[in-house]
Amino acid sequence: MDDFYRDYILDHYRNPRNFGHLEAPTVTAEDLNPLCGDRIRMELLVDADGTVKDVRFSGKGCAISQASASMLTENVRGKSLEAVAKLTKEAVLENVGIGISPTRMKCAMLGLRVLKSAAIGSLAAWPDEE
Amino acid sequence: MTTLHLSERSAVEIRKDFPILARPTVRGKRLVYLDSAATSQKPNSVIDALDAYYREYNANIHRGVYEIAARATEAFENARARVARFIGCSPGELVWTRNATEAINLVAYSWGNANVGPGDAILLTEMEHHSNLVPWQLLANRTGATLRFIPIDERGELVLDGLDDLLDGCKLLAIAHVGNTLGTIAPLERIVPRARAAGALVLVDGAQAAPHLPVDVSALDCDFYAFSAHKMLGPTGIGALYAKRAILEAMPPFLSGGDMIRTVEYGRSTFNDPPWKFEAGTSNIAGAIGFGVAVDYLADVGLGWIREHEKRITGVALERLAALERTGLHVYGPKDPDRIGGVISFNLGDVHAHDVASILDTEGVCIRAGHHCTMPLMDKMGWHATARASFYLYNDEDDVEALVRALEKAARIFKL
Repeated sequence: MDDFYRDYILDHYRNPRNFGHLEAPTVTAEDLNPLCGDRIRMELLVDADGTVKDVRFSGKGCAISQASASMLTENVRGKSLEAVAKLTKEAVLENVGIGISPTRMKCAMLGLRVLKSAAIGSLAAWPDEE
Repeated sequence: MTTLHLSERSAVEIRKDFPILARPTVRGKRLVYLDSAATSQKPNSVIDALDAYYREYNANIHRGVYEIAARATEAFENARARVARFIGCSPGELVWTRNATEAINLVAYSWGNANVGPGDAILLTEMEHHSNLVPWQLLANRTGATLRFIPIDERGELVLDGLDDLLDGCKLLAIAHVGNTLGTIAPLERIVPRARAAGALVLVDGAQAAPHLPVDVSALDCDFYAFSAHKMLGPTGIGALYAKRAILEAMPPFLSGGDMIRTVEYGRSTFNDPPWKFEAGTSNIAGAIGFGVAVDYLADVGLGWIREHEKRITGVALERLAALERTGLHVYGPKDPDRIGGVISFNLGDVHAHDVASILDTEGVCIRAGHHCTMPLMDKMGWHATARASFYLYNDEDDVEALVRALEKAARIFKL
């Protein structure tokens, strides 16, 4: 687990990319991990073709949840909503690198859950990312 | 360690009774267990008692006429008598529950539904665990009663200035004996007489106190006292509610079914005497027996010794953590071992408590991180999450040192 806290993770934690709010988001979603209270909100600006033009996230939580959400937002612009909806757990793990313990997997996947539910428009439609 | 105090020698002896503490972690580290406020570890005597019940005399209690059923019944009721003696009540005033939470729910439903109505108030504190808050929210919703709160200040101390006003018109004061997040010890000797004078009954949530302080419910003069076995060396799934006999007599049943009845016809029933009136269905027999053995162990060590030992370890920990202030470590709550019950909440710089706990875990150090089931308190204090270390009779200065070294590692990783 201590392998996980690499410089780029700490950098994303302390200097999150695309952090904040859009003036007029097309879709938004928010969720929290009730066990630890980590919270993430995703806002997307989507054009008429369903392409993501801009993204912001906000929230509070551990380095794992905040850094993985920050890294996710770097790969969203220009993608179709369908492509965002199909992002996988593996893609996130590839982003953040090795060393996520099972007890922290929910933290790492919180950003993905929220982003996908923003793309799909329904949080309940997506199974748990465990 | 340069000096060896009596309590350290004893803590070393005590550790030998807890098999889990001798097992290294997956990474080969010594297990440094600093999460006893969540659940305590179990000594051999408790584990053996559970084993012996299932291997030697497993039978249902109270009506079996055969030998092992009689033995199980005797052990079950004998455990009740020992746990009752442990908190200074009679066995007829001690109801088995699943845990402190269920004990509080029992009071909220049985006593609450019968005695609380629109316009009544229930007084809590701002430091309550969800288990001594949510049942009263639901009771207030059912009955039209309102909730009031004794404030907690930024130092983590209860503010008693407006207490008499808060108590005016209150049916019940429900208060934690020791707060689970900051370890604050409620000054019950100052609060309970004023609640009495205002005509309110008093429920004390003793989940964090009964394991650590000498408790005498008659000296406290409370009407209800709720506690859990698993935080005091006993098994999970068993706890107890103390209630004054006359109150128990007057309370209607909570859960109903077998064992809690006297007579049953198709259309109506009459009920057993307390405490059995509140123990529907087959109880956690092994758990109760294990609880009895757990309080025997605690009484044998002595609650006075345990309290002094925890005060000393907590004092050492507060001192060592203060030396980490240069890395941004901040301790919350009263910083006086006399004022807290072996619980220290803290944060390390801008590192989230969950990351602190994860890094400590790699060193075998077990702490808790998050809101500790006190979300309103966290909101009020403006904390997103805290890390919490808690101490018990088997912890010693080596555990404090391991905590400090692991925190130094976390500070290094996060470049603090």
